[in-house]
Amino acid sequence: MKLTGKALAAAAYKARLLAVDAVFTAASGHPGGSMSCMDALTTLYFNEMNIDPADPRNPDRDRFVLSKGHCSPALYSVLAERGFFPVEDLKLFRSIKGHYSGHPDMVNVPGVDMSTGSLGQGLSAAVGMALAAKHNGKTYRTYSILGDGEIAEGQIWEAIMAAAKWKLDNLCIFVDLNGLQIDGKTADVMPTDPVDAKFKAFNWNVICIDGHDFDQILAALAQAREVKGMPTAIIMKTTKGKGISFMENQAGWHGKAPNAEQFATAKAELEAKIAELEG
Amino acid sequence: MADKIATRNAYGEALAELGEKYPQLVVLDADLSGATMSKFFAAKFPDRFFDCGIAEANMTVIAAGMSTCGLKPFTNTFAIFAAGRAYEQVRNSIAYPGLNVTVVGSHGGVSVGEDGATHQCIEDFSLMRTIPGMLVCCPCDGNEMRQAVEALINYNGPAYLRLERPNTEIVTDSIEGYKFELGKGVTMKDGSDVTIIANGIMVPVALKAADLLAGEGISARVIDMHTIKPLDEELVLKAAKETGCIVTSEEHSIIGGLGAAVCEFLSGTYPVPVVRHGVNDQFGRSGSANAVLEYFGLTPEVLAEKAKAAIALKK
Repeated sequence: MKLTGKALAAAAYKARLLAVDAVFTAASGHPGGSMSCMDALTTLYFNEMNIDPADPRNPDRDRFVLSKGHCSPALYSVLAERGFFPVEDLKLFRSIKGHYSGHPDMVNVPGVDMSTGSLGQGLSAAVGMALAAKHNGKTYRTYSILGDGEIAEGQIWEAIMAAAKWKLDNLCIFVDLNGLQIDGKTADVMPTDPVDAKFKAFNWNVICIDGHDFDQILAALAQAREVKGMPTAIIMKTTKGKGISFMENQAGWHGKAPNAEQFATAKAELEAKIAELEG
Repeated sequence: MADKIATRNAYGEALAELGEKYPQLVVLDADLSGATMSKFFAAKFPDRFFDCGIAEANMTVIAAGMSTCGLKPFTNTFAIFAAGRAYEQVRNSIAYPGLNVTVVGSHGGVSVGEDGATHQCIEDFSLMRTIPGMLVCCPCDGNEMRQAVEALINYNGPAYLRLERPNTEIVTDSIEGYKFELGKGVTMKDGSDVTIIANGIMVPVALKAADLLAGEGISARVIDMHTIKPLDEELVLKAAKETGCIVTSEEHSIIGGLGAAVCEFLSGTYPVPVVRHGVNDQFGRSGSANAVLEYFGLTPEVLAEKAKAAIALKK
């Protein structure tokens, strides 16, 4: 499956609706960062990655690690929409009745390649997968999405150094630069700018894009595939809460569920967007 | 009691030797391969050795990622960093998803010696044992270590293996019918008045303590409990029933390790006096290995006194 253009954008908005619905149903979860990374994530699963929902453990599949694991609503929704498990299962997100735990669970959720949630660790796992591919002579690629707050974790920089050491050109990550984290602006909590220059200094191939422009996302992924001898970081400027007006650019929506009225508003806005894209 | 060899050396040699038989085995280190003895494997299989630099947290999770792709990683660093610094990486990225990684902590206990308290890990059993599903193993000599390494390569799941620094006697080769099996303790010497349950380099110490006790007419059983988790409950229960009291002995804090595991089990099944011999809630200190072991009372003499104290507590 390779969605492009409006169909790809519509898929991302449908995943947004599934994600915000899951968080609303659970009355718990992280909508803000799920919305900001959704366009990149949808592009990976609906265009870029070599995956098969019917064969989620195929050893030759491309891998994905959601290093910013709290954005599980985004990952679970994209996986459900892509057919790894029924969309109805999203009602069990964070519920004692199901196995869709608050953070990605590779043991119980089909399609999840790595259990994450403790920030700073996912990139190391992705490095391990990419290193294993080289070691095993496999051609699969490994992708990951990191939060901009997350990169304050020291382990991220350990992994960045290691990926460059082993010239992991089969590794491509997105840094979701939405500029906000739990306590407020990333620039205030722990400034990370300039993120692109830091990655360049660590010997990575760096591409800066608008993380809500699908053409730019696709072009960056294509360029990353052509680069040899170094891993690629796609630094994407995004909007936290993207697609839901009252959540956009509000740190307060990092880890809060909408109430019924707010959910109705979000649903209406997302459905309007989907209708527009599919119309 | 023949040749002396450090369990870390036996480990390093075993890894290098088994590398050919097990192509899925990969070895990671964090700039300590000369001390952890992963250097033997590195020299023989440079393409399967990954030096991650001084970045233990990253090494631990790289191993987790590799294991999801069918490789069997052994990570190597000092116990204090393997179980201490990277504790949460082991917990969340290896043990929680049940990944097939063996975390190796070398230089466990106070017998690290001169480097002092910062490098003497006396909490690793405790930290690793509390993680659900984690196997925890500390072999007592070079012979047992070799067999433990192969057993762990074949084991499918998260595991912690402790190595120790000093050269110590081989004690298992003289045991008739000795067979290494993860989760099964070894009765090194039978006895009826008290049972000493030990692991690591405290097993040879326990055998010497048993000799001292024999000189006083006391019959001490000695069990080598190389696997702390899962604990060989059957063997512990049998010892409690047959000897009526237990002494545990480990090169570890008396909090949370082998002694704690035995107490936890017996308190709910067959309570008998249990005296714990180990480091008494203190940090280590610098000195030669023998001087430090003596400073903390990790000697046959002190262990024999603990055994007598346990016997005195019997009703």
